[in-house]
Amino acid sequence: MARTLISVPKTAKAGDIVTIKVLISHPMETGFRPGHDGRILPRDIITEFTCRFDGEEVFRAELFPATSANPYLTFTTRATKSGTLSFTWRGDNGFDQTETAAIQVT
Amino acid sequence: MSQARPKTQSRRALLASGTGAALAIALRPVRAAAATRTESTTDAIRRFAGEAPIAPGRVTLDLPPLVENGNAVTITVSVESPMNEADHVRRIALFNEKNPQPNVITVHLGPRAGRAAITTRIRLADTQRITAIAETSDGRYWSASADAIVTLAACLEG
Repeated sequence: MARTLISVPKTAKAGDIVTIKVLISHPMETGFRPGHDGRILPRDIITEFTCRFDGEEVFRAELFPATSANPYLTFTTRATKSGTLSFTWRGDNGFDQTETAAIQVT
Repeated sequence: MSQARPKTQSRRALLASGTGAALAIALRPVRAAAATRTESTTDAIRRFAGEAPIAPGRVTLDLPPLVENGNAVTITVSVESPMNEADHVRRIALFNEKNPQPNVITVHLGPRAGRAAITTRIRLADTQRITAIAETSDGRYWSASADAIVTLAACLEG
């Protein structure tokens, strides 16, 4: 399991726009770089990130090798009701990780 | 170097290997750059936007004009939009000019996002122009470009 950092406000007022920051530790090997033996290292990147609120997709990103190692993203969503945000990263070599965060809407 | 070998031969071998190494060093960046550019930026943009016209405006691209380390460049893209059901941003894509691959990131948004703004960190292999293109819910495309001077390129060379 890769280490993740997720920043979501614990509470929000209904209708507020909340800022979400996510980071996952991942080398994002581009597939264009030669290794020590001169051979190109195979690509190993995260290709897709999805954020869902109670199962409904609210934000999705397609990532390419030009994204830095340890992909970081900031985005926003509107708080409507209390619930669970889930964050899923998918990538090469079957990479698949999901983390969750709860948000309390008053 | 062993004492048993004739002196001239080892000198020859050394010279030969030296020339080879110098050639390899001289050829490597050229080969890397030529072999790894997978698609032109224009093609990638057309694949994203189709044949639709792309107008400048509404998009703001914020990245440092002088980049010290091309391995992690913080970039913010925001689009002027009310972000309601009738008028919102559907997709935002970033394109580069000189990395091995033209795509950087594509994000999918909806009216729920509240604001059409994202921040991420990207790799830049060379001094180049970055283009952001946003698709709004009415099917129109908007763009903005920014130049970045890169002093330390993202490592293509290992």
